[in-house]
Amino acid sequence: MIALVDLLNTSVDVITFGASNLPSMDDTFLEIRGLVKRFGPFTAVDRLSFSVSKGEVLGFLGPNGAGKSTTMKMIAGYLAPTAGGVSVCGHDVGAERRAAQASIGYLPEGAPAYADMTTRQFLKFIAEVRGFRGGAGKKAIDRAVDRTELLYVLDQQIETLSKGFKRRVGLAQAILHDPKVLIMDEPTDGLDPNQKHSVRELIKTMAPEKAIIISTHILEEVDTVCTRVMIIDRGRAVADGTPDEITSRSRFHNAVTVKVGLKDARFVREALDALEGVERIDAVESSEELKLTLFPKDRNALIIEEISALLTKTNWDVRALYAEPGRLDQVFRSLTTADTVEEELSHLPKETTPAEGEAEDASDDEEEASFE
Amino acid sequence: MRYMIPVLKRELLGYFITPLAYVFLVIFLFAIGLLTFQLGGWYEAGQADLQAFFLFHPWLYLFLIPAIAMRLWAEERKTGTLELLLTLPIPSWAAVMGKYLAAWLFTGLALALTFPIWITVNALGDPDNGVIFASYIGSFFMAGGYLAIGSCLSAVTSNQVIAFVLSVVVCFMFTVAGLPLVAEAVSVLPLVPNALVITISSFSFLSHFESIMEGVIDLRDVIFFLSVIAFWLMANVITIELKRNG
Repeated sequence: MIALVDLLNTSVDVITFGASNLPSMDDTFLEIRGLVKRFGPFTAVDRLSFSVSKGEVLGFLGPNGAGKSTTMKMIAGYLAPTAGGVSVCGHDVGAERRAAQASIGYLPEGAPAYADMTTRQFLKFIAEVRGFRGGAGKKAIDRAVDRTELLYVLDQQIETLSKGFKRRVGLAQAILHDPKVLIMDEPTDGLDPNQKHSVRELIKTMAPEKAIIISTHILEEVDTVCTRVMIIDRGRAVADGTPDEITSRSRFHNAVTVKVGLKDARFVREALDALEGVERIDAVESSEELKLTLFPKDRNALIIEEISALLTKTNWDVRALYAEPGRLDQVFRSLTTADTVEEELSHLPKETTPAEGEAEDASDDEEEASFE
Repeated sequence: MRYMIPVLKRELLGYFITPLAYVFLVIFLFAIGLLTFQLGGWYEAGQADLQAFFLFHPWLYLFLIPAIAMRLWAEERKTGTLELLLTLPIPSWAAVMGKYLAAWLFTGLALALTFPIWITVNALGDPDNGVIFASYIGSFFMAGGYLAIGSCLSAVTSNQVIAFVLSVVVCFMFTVAGLPLVAEAVSVLPLVPNALVITISSFSFLSHFESIMEGVIDLRDVIFFLSVIAFWLMANVITIELKRNG
């Protein structure tokens, strides 16, 4: 069986290699084909294929240890894939690593930077390594500093900076050479709401010219920033679409909630029960009102029209009536397996050092509960 | 070259914006002074040479060079900056060479700062400055050898203490390989061909350094140290590449 899988992967490799020589489509900046990464017996990324075009902001969602970071590390050329390939602006990361890396800006998880340097020294180093000389380097640094609002901490040592500033130093480093492809591993993790907002705004401003991938745990971020969402579970893509498409998979899609004063609750309930298109009604009663959530029989039917028509005809004490937005967190939970974390942990002892990122992922699983 | 220089500059800067460089320089100079005067009895010997001074270099390097080298890669791996460095569009060898050369230049600086003893010996007597010059060159190359070992072993682990201990052990083996004690110990083992005993002895830093200390910079000794450096740096690059493959 293993031999067969290997054979399969080899053939994928061959195809990949041929494909990388073809001219890539002008606006497809990033292409990932059959990407696999195994650490010993553990498969972190399992045959992932997708492409990202100019103007797209792809949000990676997934439980900790699902393979988001590992995938990003392979795109950035830090880890070599076990099978499959990545091409960035037509350059295969395996065969022409440096050419590919020149077109990528990468913000690793936790935004590491040389802590003993000042922001200015650090960005100067990055500019030099990226081949900027003299005036061009200064210009590139100024632009990155301007975009990330780092002017006031330029001469401060990075280790003395607050978490928000450190993250912005990491961002400045990633966008310094104005890359076509931008890969950011949890760019807003640990920032306060204002900082999160400014990072998101920055991503939105840059989006039209670049192909961007961000990974995040914050579901609301997906709505505000991403044009496309990919949910990853155990190394596989389990959903891929626009945020609206994904949320429409929620069981709350097209559901309607009615809040009614307790006085009229019984009548309302009876009237709603009689509706044809309603599959089920969930009821939550509080001391003042009854909250009813109605689920349509046909997922695509807009039952809200019928309900509002019914309720406006009466003078019952209806306090609220609204269509439920699909809930991303609910889709997320239904698509990603709850036992992933446990399984992840059971793999830990077997993992070797290169899987450090994964191990950390699994260890901070308490954060998992705090979806916003 | 173009890729290596920025890394080299950053590393050198890294030494001097932290207390590391100053602590190392002070300890190195203090220790070498103490060994030369106290243990070596250089002043009492009343000879116009620096034998007593250079004799201690291998033993001092044995501990101080791994201390410099241990952080080269292990620290970057630990703090995550390695991920940053290796996702920049530079070849792995440039990162290895840049870091290594910065560390070597730094040890060169430490060595150069022992110049007062050279002045002193000239003030006190009439030494053979050719021999002293050759010994300085030899010491510099030997330091390079130790450093290459330490750099490679630092890339193996993210734990600096492990990197240090491994380096000291390997450096120690390379130091003592030529001592009669080792040759005898190896040759009493059954079935050990004489050629092997000679081969092991020929890897000794001590004997190569001592032959340079006699005042003749023999090309073979220089080539020996350069090949040791090249071998370990290549192993260093391979280690980095292997880590990329996870």
